[in-house]
Amino acid sequence: MAGTEVLGRVTWRTGKVVALLDETSSARTIAIVVPDWPGHVAGQHIDVRLTAPDGYSAVRSYSIASAPNSDQRIEITVERLEDGEVSPYLTQEVAIGDELDLRGPIGQWFVWHIDQTEPIQLIAGGSGIVPLMAMVRSRASAGSTAPFRLLYSVREPGAIFYRDELTALSEQGESLIATYAYTRVTPKDWPRPAGRIDAELIASGTWPSSLRPSSYVCGPTSFVEHTTDLLIAAGHDRKRIRTERFGATGERK
Amino acid sequence: MNANISYLDGNAAGGELSSIFNVDLTAAEGQCANCGAKRRFADAHLYVDCPGLVARCATCEHVLLRLVNTGDHVFLDVRGMTYLSVDAAPRVSGEAKSGRVPSE
Amino acid sequence: MAIISRGFAGRRSTGEVKLPPGQYLTTDFPVLSAGPTPRISLDRWEFTIDDGTNVMQRWDWNSFRDLPRETITVDLHCVTRWSKLGTSWEGVSLDTLLANVKTDLPFTMFRSYGDYTTNLPLKDLVNKQAWIAFRYGGTDLAPEHGGPARLLVPHLYLWKSAKWVKGMTLMQHDKPGFWEGLGYHIYGDPWREQRYSEE
Repeated sequence: MAGTEVLGRVTWRTGKVVALLDETSSARTIAIVVPDWPGHVAGQHIDVRLTAPDGYSAVRSYSIASAPNSDQRIEITVERLEDGEVSPYLTQEVAIGDELDLRGPIGQWFVWHIDQTEPIQLIAGGSGIVPLMAMVRSRASAGSTAPFRLLYSVREPGAIFYRDELTALSEQGESLIATYAYTRVTPKDWPRPAGRIDAELIASGTWPSSLRPSSYVCGPTSFVEHTTDLLIAAGHDRKRIRTERFGATGERK
Repeated sequence: MNANISYLDGNAAGGELSSIFNVDLTAAEGQCANCGAKRRFADAHLYVDCPGLVARCATCEHVLLRLVNTGDHVFLDVRGMTYLSVDAAPRVSGEAKSGRVPSE
Repeated sequence: MAIISRGFAGRRSTGEVKLPPGQYLTTDFPVLSAGPTPRISLDRWEFTIDDGTNVMQRWDWNSFRDLPRETITVDLHCVTRWSKLGTSWEGVSLDTLLANVKTDLPFTMFRSYGDYTTNLPLKDLVNKQAWIAFRYGGTDLAPEHGGPARLLVPHLYLWKSAKWVKGMTLMQHDKPGFWEGLGYHIYGDPWREQRYSEE
């Protein structure tokens, strides 16, 4: 039965890299086919393990970027960190045809199910967009009309992942409302100066608390703490805010 | 309240915990044995940069859970939680395979 | 069986140096912590030696810094498999701190600000084997690396070099500390690769 597989003890499996796509100058999407993949729900992640010939290994967690599907194919988007141990390998060395050890899908809390109908507020800091994009894509492929808003904070315009897809979805009727915030460098003639998300942007760029949305906040730990504090100050119920922290440097170990 | 933001959260322990439990604990509700706060395990402050996993209460920073994976064995200490509660019938559904709501 | 990742080496350098079994050389200094970094003000800091009943010695920051100190260069071996060679520290030797302590209790438990503990035999602390260090690489020890002061016992795995130390309790019997009670070896000699408990 389909249900029991997802709940079973999570063990290591082998996937094969079938496609690579550069999202930005420092981030790449890796498409992996995993035989007997039990399926996943938007928001879940996998753990990837790299092993050197002498046995040394490193494990990192990566959110699944792709929507649930029946193809046994998942995508992760990896951002290369300057002094990262695994991300430089995944963004620069991995080639089509390579095999990767992975386990998952993991996570039962920071997930969006397609039968959820309440308004959804997604707030992403940098690479925190990845699991939220899985939710956006899941909603689109399921034909859901749940009201979705995305507040996406990045350092500078070149750092936006999935830009064209987000633009296309925002322009369709019944779809996603996307608001961008820039912390270091803004586009030319941008109305708001560069800076962190603040109370004013929460008030103008997100669902009001009176709509009782479910909120999903993802990004570096300090971004998540700061944003969560702002949402609570704006009247949102803490129990309706789900968070996923990527650590100070954005890499989850 | 925490001057030091070098922790992750309970979501990041999902893989290690799933390797020994038959159920994903990230959505479990736990009660801190020190301060009594009841929170989702996903909200715990998770320290992974040490010889094991340490999950601490987001309210009082007391240790909730510690896990060490030696390769041969996994050691788990959950004395920091009064209880952990998971849904008896967690939602999983055929959605996971097909991406669509099952039509029953 | 793990897939070998073609071309993956991790953040390590290979070299001709002799390392304890299973260790890899690193050039950075990873920060490993089981909890938030304690922020201890120097006017509250103290280090005590007790026997479980009586405090035998106590230093505040000023009296601690008045003690004779040494500069040492040692290799660090972490149980998570990285080793860092030739690290330079300044600290007070445990020989100095124990100079006026008369005891026949053979074991110790070190306690840190926060809730960390680690146990060591007393004989592993004397004869130039251990220090309470307050400077690293020529500057004051940073909080994330254990500052204001940490224990430094280079001949054992680095988890025994407790950060943010505040005291040492002498004990009759060996008792496991924070990690020793959860699968790590009670002693921790990297040269005999004593990572995990043997039972």
